[in-house]
Amino acid sequence: MKIIEVKDLGFKYAGTDFYAIRGVNLEIDEGEFVVLAGKSGCGKTTLLRCLNGLIPHFYEGEFEGRVLIDGVDTRECPPHILSQKAGMVFQNPDNQLFALSVEADIAFPLENLGLPREEIRDRVEWALKLLGIEELRKRSPFELSAGQKQKVAIASVLAMKPKILLLDEPTSSLDPVSAKNLIDAIIDLNRRHGLTILISEHRLTHLIPHADKLAIMDGGRIIYFDDPRRILKEDVLMYGISIPRVVEVAREMRRIGGCVPFRDIPLSVEEFISGLKGALR
Amino acid sequence: MIRFESVEYVYPNGVKALDGIDLEIGDGEIVAIMGENGAGKTTLIKHLNGLLKPVKGRVLIDGVDTRNVTVASLSKKVGIVFQNPDDMFFSESVWEEVAFALRNFGYDEEVVRRRVENAINFMDLAGYADKSPFTLSGGEKKRLALAIVLAWSPDIIALDEPTIGQDMLQKEKLLQVIKLLNSQGKTVIISSHDVEFIADLKPRIVLMKRGRVVADGDAEEIFLNEELLRSCNLLPPQLITLSKRLDFIGIKPRLYPPRELAAEIMTRLRR
Repeated sequence: MKIIEVKDLGFKYAGTDFYAIRGVNLEIDEGEFVVLAGKSGCGKTTLLRCLNGLIPHFYEGEFEGRVLIDGVDTRECPPHILSQKAGMVFQNPDNQLFALSVEADIAFPLENLGLPREEIRDRVEWALKLLGIEELRKRSPFELSAGQKQKVAIASVLAMKPKILLLDEPTSSLDPVSAKNLIDAIIDLNRRHGLTILISEHRLTHLIPHADKLAIMDGGRIIYFDDPRRILKEDVLMYGISIPRVVEVAREMRRIGGCVPFRDIPLSVEEFISGLKGALR
Repeated sequence: MIRFESVEYVYPNGVKALDGIDLEIGDGEIVAIMGENGAGKTTLIKHLNGLLKPVKGRVLIDGVDTRNVTVASLSKKVGIVFQNPDDMFFSESVWEEVAFALRNFGYDEEVVRRRVENAINFMDLAGYADKSPFTLSGGEKKRLALAIVLAWSPDIIALDEPTIGQDMLQKEKLLQVIKLLNSQGKTVIISSHDVEFIADLKPRIVLMKRGRVVADGDAEEIFLNEELLRSCNLLPPQLITLSKRLDFIGIKPRLYPPRELAAEIMTRLRR
């Protein structure tokens, strides 16, 4: 079932003279894991803002086409209702956290929805557990590490019980181990809990082996949308995407020619080694 | 020549950010300062031009103790490009922004004009000369911050987390700029936890943890030591991990560039 349907979408911010995105068509099935890539300024953030209703409800400008989230047209649905369908996590968690404790931060939007106390308590508990951050509940968000903060930001979005999680470069300021931990947590949300994930990132190494689809944007349009293995066979370097190094090595081996061992382009070290061993057997 | 002698630094809130740093960086070196968030990388960089002064020990830049001179006089020798470029900007146009420091250093208008032009051309910003710095995109702002420092051509250039939020094309440009500066004899110091970027540059690496230097060596030596990296919240570059698992075709663990590793594997497969 299609949970995201984007039809001929275009948006021009008020006060600018060009469309940040234009002619965007996209269909995502429930439970899919989609990675959104492309160089800076290609329209990734604008597209994400259209999916959770920040555009057109908070950003002014010219909007064309339409966006259906779980069957609901974003123009006809207020953002606080949409946020229960599609939750968004931003690059900088400091923009999302403000309360005195982690618990209070996660509970705040639920209180705003006017949910009963019991329900709020259950959901906070559930969200803390999902991200494995139960031990942080009493801490102040501001004394946490950047990676922990980002997990709290995700937990507070998940407490709204959205079906879709949108993430805009959530790991860009994290060190490598924290970034990998966060990505593992996001993969887990998809695999074990069936959440639909759309994540924009520059560092694709740990994400791409788990992606069902890769969407590549350039100049405000989606130019590729397919299984990453099919896309990465081609030369997509010019779109500003840092592909995993194993992909570079495998492609170069193909270019050199001769007995090329891989049937599919390997996306991880594991896939590379098993492909090579399979060919030598 | 840069010398840190038993440098300690404590922030006013009591956090000890540097805890006994001994470090020597020679003229013309490229050095990457690596470590997790909060390891002390940025604090160390702020000691290079005297923005911060040690509470114990001393920092010598070409023999001059940073405690005895002003930031303004050190800045002529040491240029720092900070992580968040917005903190640097205040002028009405890109051109004025680059010219500001040059005028402060007392260059005459003709020299200022030439240097501004060179710097903004070099960083691909010529089309933006009259625009307000605040209307630039994130990547363009980063390039402007670097152009400002390049314009006065300090001997030592320090870049604080230059690759955060940067796409592949911007990273490649940055790599070229760093190599070019180094070929002109400049000392380049980069704080970063972007292991793939640093793997392409292959510099000397100084690894920091909790305000101390825990390792200092060439990139290959440091990146091959996975245990050490993990203790600093870093992961090895992907091709190090790959090369470690290719012993079954006789490949030794090394920091290979992608093309070289591909050629090496193909040679062995053909045997």
